[in-house]
Amino acid sequence: MNPKRFSSTDIVLPSLVLLIALLIWTVLSLLKVFPDSVFPSPLAVAKGFVEEVRNGRLVEDVVASLFRVTTGFALAVFTGIPAGLWLGHHARARTAFLPLINFFRNLSPLAWIPFAIMWFGIGDLPTVFLIFMSSFFPLVLATIAAVANIPSVYFRIANDYNFGNVETLTHVTLPAIAPQVITSLRVTAGVAWLVVVAAEMISGRAGLGFAVWDARNGLRMDLLVSSMVMIGLIGIVIDRILLQLTKIPSVRWGYER
Amino acid sequence: MNDKPLRVEDVSLSLGATVVFQHLSLSIGRGEFVAVVGPSGCGKTTLLNLLSRFIKPTAGKVECNGRVRMVYQHDSLFPWQTVSENISLGLRHLKDPSEKRRHLDAMLRLIKLENFADHYPHQLSGGMRQRVELARALIGDTDILLLDEPFSSLDYLTRIRMRNELARMLDQMPRTVVLVTHDIEEAAQLADRIVVLTDRPARVCSQFQIELPRPRELTHPRVVETVHEILTDLGLEHTGWQQVVAR
Repeated sequence: MNPKRFSSTDIVLPSLVLLIALLIWTVLSLLKVFPDSVFPSPLAVAKGFVEEVRNGRLVEDVVASLFRVTTGFALAVFTGIPAGLWLGHHARARTAFLPLINFFRNLSPLAWIPFAIMWFGIGDLPTVFLIFMSSFFPLVLATIAAVANIPSVYFRIANDYNFGNVETLTHVTLPAIAPQVITSLRVTAGVAWLVVVAAEMISGRAGLGFAVWDARNGLRMDLLVSSMVMIGLIGIVIDRILLQLTKIPSVRWGYER
Repeated sequence: MNDKPLRVEDVSLSLGATVVFQHLSLSIGRGEFVAVVGPSGCGKTTLLNLLSRFIKPTAGKVECNGRVRMVYQHDSLFPWQTVSENISLGLRHLKDPSEKRRHLDAMLRLIKLENFADHYPHQLSGGMRQRVELARALIGDTDILLLDEPFSSLDYLTRIRMRNELARMLDQMPRTVVLVTHDIEEAAQLADRIVVLTDRPARVCSQFQIELPRPRELTHPRVVETVHEILTDLGLEHTGWQQVVAR
């Protein structure tokens, strides 16, 4: 019943795997399987990383990417969840809209890149738009599914105990869908983070995706890898933060039974 | 005061092409514990839905005087609320927080879950959850309790234990009770009167009065005899039980 305690194995085992991965990387670069210019050594990457931190570019890129992801994702959350709630409760509207939502959900947001640039130019706006397009539709669909999964007996109870409409929404519907929606937030945030990098490679002026592209153009593979490392690490941090939502006592039921 | 808080008069109900009830009449006295048994799908739950006014009859009259609470077949506790919060739903009509607290504490003691007040339903056993469901329906000034196969998802022993538990709770807080069940033993062990319904369109096939104090033992001769009589009425037993005992 108690949450699992953090044991030393939880640190030792992953560290061991990372160490081995690093070792393989070092050996491959020492053996010169690929030339240095296209396969930087861990040391070169570390130096590149320090260089990027010193000249302030790394911080600038991280801030730019995070700002875009947060804005686009927040827009998607604050419009997608209400849309999903409304559609979840209205069968006819659902029948009407579902094919269209499914269409856009299956359309890679990257296909929008040309339009994003033509409509919004270069900078934050096109990227925010792409993040929104990548998160909005999956969130709507997940919310619809979560609403459809609420056992009808909960609404019966709400009726028996004289809940008003607003109270039914805040005290029944929202808590009932919370676990499923949180899971979908984690998945969608992951997708959004994948999309920001891709979008910035083409329509960015700063940001980690732009840094990757810039490093490639300048043939600085060390900087490219240091950006890649940063992208991966931030992705993990974002998921860890959203994971905290699943630890709220009133949503634990959704993950434990 | 009306001494027949629940009254069904010449009620007919059709749901689509299905005729569920035709000219059904039944009245239940104040403080009476009535169990409704019958073949599955005969409309037992629908009868409760009529009594709670969740659905309206096609013809006839349903009278229901008093505050009604229903206990459902499946897990109907809010899983995002603790035991205390779930039970407190039944106290929503009270304004004074200290009075609410007092009622809640007394109820937690009655169902012996004082130490589980802050637990969530998924952290409880099936029997404990069902006790909380009963508590939520019993707390506050309820007059009528409608129970829709409340123990059907529990294992055999827990079910028997819960029957005693319910008898004990009703002893402390008397209510008019309608229990719908497919478990004839349960009906015979708990009810003052057992109403046996026929297949659809359901009407009252027979009624049994049991004047024995609760809690009753499952193997009490009167309980066993009633079970046999009901099974005979439903065409499931043919030999007289006395003959079985004599053999």
